[in-house]
Amino acid sequence: MLKLDIFLSALANGLLTGAVYALIALGLTLIYGVLHIINFAHGATLTLAMFAVFVMHSAFKIDPYIAIFMLTPLFFGVGYLLQRLVINPASHGDDSNILLVTLGLSIIFENGLLAIFRSDTRSIDVPYGFDVIEVGNLFLSTPKVIAFVAAFAVAAALWLLLARTDTGKAIRAVAKEKTGAALCGMDVEHIYAVTFGLGTACLAIAACLLMPTFLVNPRIGNAFVLVAFTIVVLGGMGSIGGALAGGLIIGVVESLSGLYFGESLGQIGIFLIFLIVLLFRPTGLFGAKA
Amino acid sequence: MSTLLTCENVTKRFGGLLAVDNASLTVEAGSITGLIGPNGAGKTTLFTMISGFAEPTSGRVMFEGRDITALPAHIRAAQGIARTFQIVQPFAGLSVHENIAVGAYLRHAGRTEAMDKAEAVAREVGLDAMLAQPAGALTVAGRKRLELARALATEPRLLLLDEVLAGLNPSEIRDMIPVLQAIRSRGVTILIVEHVMQAVMQLCDTVYVLAQGRMIASGAPGEVAHDQGVVEAYLGHGAARKMQAHHEAKS
Amino acid sequence: MRTGLPVSLVIVVALLAALPLAFTANTMLNFLTFVMIVTLAAQGWNLLAGFGGQFSFGHAAFFGMGAYAMAILQVRYGINAWLALPLAMALGAVVGFFLGFLSFRAQLRGSYFALVTLAFAEVFRILANASSFTNGAAGILVPLKTSAADFQFADRRWFYWVALAFVALVLALTYHISRTRFGAHLVAVRENEEAARALGVDAFRTKLKAITLSGAITATAGCLYTQKFLYIDANLAFGPWISVEALLAPIIGGMGTVLGPLAGAMMLLGLGEVTKSLFAMLLGGSIPGVDLVVFGVLLILCVAFAPQGVMGAIKRFSSRGAP
Ligand SMILES: Nc1ncnc2c1ncn2[C@@H]1O[C@H](COP(=O)(O)OP(=O)(O)OP(=O)(O)O)[C@@H](O)[C@H]1O
Ligand SMILES: [Mg+2]
Repeated sequence: MLKLDIFLSALANGLLTGAVYALIALGLTLIYGVLHIINFAHGATLTLAMFAVFVMHSAFKIDPYIAIFMLTPLFFGVGYLLQRLVINPASHGDDSNILLVTLGLSIIFENGLLAIFRSDTRSIDVPYGFDVIEVGNLFLSTPKVIAFVAAFAVAAALWLLLARTDTGKAIRAVAKEKTGAALCGMDVEHIYAVTFGLGTACLAIAACLLMPTFLVNPRIGNAFVLVAFTIVVLGGMGSIGGALAGGLIIGVVESLSGLYFGESLGQIGIFLIFLIVLLFRPTGLFGAKA
Repeated sequence: MSTLLTCENVTKRFGGLLAVDNASLTVEAGSITGLIGPNGAGKTTLFTMISGFAEPTSGRVMFEGRDITALPAHIRAAQGIARTFQIVQPFAGLSVHENIAVGAYLRHAGRTEAMDKAEAVAREVGLDAMLAQPAGALTVAGRKRLELARALATEPRLLLLDEVLAGLNPSEIRDMIPVLQAIRSRGVTILIVEHVMQAVMQLCDTVYVLAQGRMIASGAPGEVAHDQGVVEAYLGHGAARKMQAHHEAKS
Repeated sequence: MRTGLPVSLVIVVALLAALPLAFTANTMLNFLTFVMIVTLAAQGWNLLAGFGGQFSFGHAAFFGMGAYAMAILQVRYGINAWLALPLAMALGAVVGFFLGFLSFRAQLRGSYFALVTLAFAEVFRILANASSFTNGAAGILVPLKTSAADFQFADRRWFYWVALAFVALVLALTYHISRTRFGAHLVAVRENEEAARALGVDAFRTKLKAITLSGAITATAGCLYTQKFLYIDANLAFGPWISVEALLAPIIGGMGTVLGPLAGAMMLLGLGEVTKSLFAMLLGGSIPGVDLVVFGVLLILCVAFAPQGVMGAIKRFSSRGAP
C-alpha cells in the first residue's frame, strides 16, 4: 500500500511539473511552428526570467504571482526585439546560422547571469511555499497545483488567440504560406517577431509559476532546453496539443525515473526518450512533421 | 540497337495523387529519347525513380538488363546513370571547376586526374572560361550548363536531362543543341525531358508523351506531334477537333 | 601528398614551435598548451562541420571519452599513458562512428543533428557523474609521475611541443583531405546532399567517415587535457564548455579552412584572457563568465558579419583565384 502511495504521489508530482514543462515547450513549439526555427536560447531565456522573478521578489518584495503581470509583457517585448533586432538580421535566413545565433544568445544570457549572480543556487521564500492540498491519500503541493491549472489556462488562452483573433489568423497564415502572406501585404517580419514574443512570454509565465517551488542558478537553462526539445520532438514539432501531452509524459518520466534510479539519473530517462524518438521515429509520437 | 533502360509499369503515388500511373518506356542504347508532357504530368517524378531518388510504389526499372529498382542513387550513378535537376542544384560555395570535379571523382580517384577531366568536360559544354568562378555567380544559362557538365563528368552511359533548355533564350538554345548532339555521337545515350518543342523535334529519335501520369503516346517526333490524344493533352479536350476544323476551313 | 604541404602551414608551425623560446613564463606556456588542446578539439569539429556541414553541439562527447579513457586506462588498468593514448583515440573513433551511424541513418540534419549530439554529450556527462566506474562526481586524479615515459614532462615546454605536434599532424591531415576525393565528397555533401548523391557520392558513408575521424581527433584533445591537468571530472570532460569552444574557434577562424581552428582558438582564448584580466583589473576580482559573454557576442557578430571567419576574410583580401 505504501509502495502504491509513493508511486501515485510521484505520478501526481510528475504530472504537475509536467504541465509547467508543457508551458515551456509550448513557447518553443509555437516559435518552431511559425518561424520554422529552433530557438536554442529558450532555456537560457527561461533562466533569465527566473532570475527576474527572483530579483523582483528579493529586492522589491513582489510576489511571483503578481510578477506574472509585469514580466509577461516585458518578456514579450524582449522576445519581439530579439527576433527583430538580433536573430533575424544576424542569421541571413539560414537555418544553421539561426541555430548559432541563438546559441550565442544562450551563452550570453547564461554567463551574464553567472557574472552578476555567481554560480550560487537561489530560491525565493514565499509563505505558501510548503502548503499542500490533500487529495485522497495524496498531498499535493499547492503552488504546483496552481502552476498546473495556470499552465493549462495559458495553453487555452494561446489556442484561443491563435484560433479567434486577427493576430492569430495572421500568425497561422504566415506559418502556412510565408510568401503568400507577404504577397497579401502582411508584415511577415512583424508577425515573426510577435510569435517569438509570445513564445518568450510563455517563459515568463512559466518562470513565475516555477519559482515558488524551484531553485535557480545560471546553468539551469541547459537542463530545461533539452527537456523542452524532448517534449517538442515527442509531441511533434509545431503541435500545441502535442506539447501539452509531451510535457505531461516527460514530467511523469522524470519523476518516476527519479524515484527508481535516484536523483542523479532522473534526467537520463528524458534524454533517452529524446534520442529514441529522434533516432527511430523522427516524426514524433503524434505524427506532426519533423 | 539494344535496349539500355526499361521502365515497366512504373507507378508513383503521393498520398492520394497518382503522379505516375503505370508508365512504361524503353530507351535504346545510343539514342536520344524524348519525354514530353504538360506541366505536372509526372516527368520529373519518373526521372527521380530512374535515378534512384525515389522508389516506385510499384513497377520495375531495368538498366542494361538488370533490375535496379531498389538501388540507391549513388550506386546507379556508379553504374552509369547521371541526371540533371530541373531546379538547378549547384554547389554554390564551390568554384565551377570544383563542382564539375565532384562528378569526375566518380571515375578518377586522384585529384589531378579529376581536375583535368573536369576541365575537359567544361570545355565540351562551353564553361571553360568560367572555371574559377564561384558556381553561385553563374547566370541561368551557365547553371544549366554546369548541371550538364557535372553529370557528364561522371562519364555516364545514360544521361537524364530534365529541362536543361528551360529558361534559355533562343540563341542559347541554338548553342546547346550541337553540344547535346556531340555528346550522343560519343556514345552517351540521352533521355531528355523538354518543353522546347523545336529542340525535341530536332534532337530526338523517339518521343514518349506523359499526361496526368499515364503514357499516352510514343513514336517518332513527327508522328507524335500530330497524335490527336497528344494535342488534346496539351491544349485541352476538343482542341484536336478544332484544329482539324481550322485546317479544313483554310484549305 | 604529391603536392607537398604549402609553405604557409610549415611557417605557422615553425613559428609556434619557436614561441616557448621567446616566452618562458609558465602562465604563457600553460596558455599556449591550452590553445593547442582547444585547437585539436576544434580541428575535429571543423572536419565534420566546417567541411562536411554537419553541425555538432556536442563534441564534448568525444572530448570527454578521450579524457576519461586516458585517465581510466592509466589509473584503473595501469596501462602506460603512451599506450592509453591510441586506445583512447580509437574509442573516440568508435563513439563517433556509433553516433554518426544512428544519426545519419535516421537522416538527421541541421538542428536535429546538433541537438542529438548535445543530448549524447549530456547523457555521457550524467552517467560519468553518477557511475562508480568513473569515480562519480569526485572525478579521477591521475598520479603524478614526472617522466617522459609516462607522458608527463618536467619541462612544460615539452608538453606544449607534443601538443603542437598533434596539431601539426592534424593540419597536415586536413590539408591532405581537402585535396582528395573524400574531401571533395565531404564539401559536396555540405553544399547540397541531393546533388552529391546524383554524382555518385555515398553521402551516408562520407558523413560517417568524417564523424569517425572527427571523434578520434577531438578525443585526442581530451587525452591531452587529462595528461596536462592530471585531473578530470564529468563537467570538465563532457560539459558544454568544450562543445562551445570546439565550435566557436573554427567559426571565428574560418569554417572549412585548414588553419581556421588554430587561428580561431588563438583569438578566442587570447580574447578570453584579455577580457578576464581587464574585468579583474577594473572590478578588483575575477568575475566568472565574462569571457564567455564575449565569446557569445563574438559568435553572433561572426555569423552576422564574417560568415567565413578571419581566414575567409584574409583569403578574400589576398584572393588567390585557384581552386
Ligand atoms: N514529393 C512530392 N510529394 C507530393 N506530390 C508531388 C511530389 N513530387 C511531385 N508531386 C506531384 O506529382 C505531380 C507530377 O509532378 P512532376 O514534377 O513529376 O511533373 P512534371 O511533369 O515534371 O512537371 P513540369 O513540366 O512542371 O516539370 C504533380 O502534381 C506534383 O505536384
Ligand atoms: Mg518536371
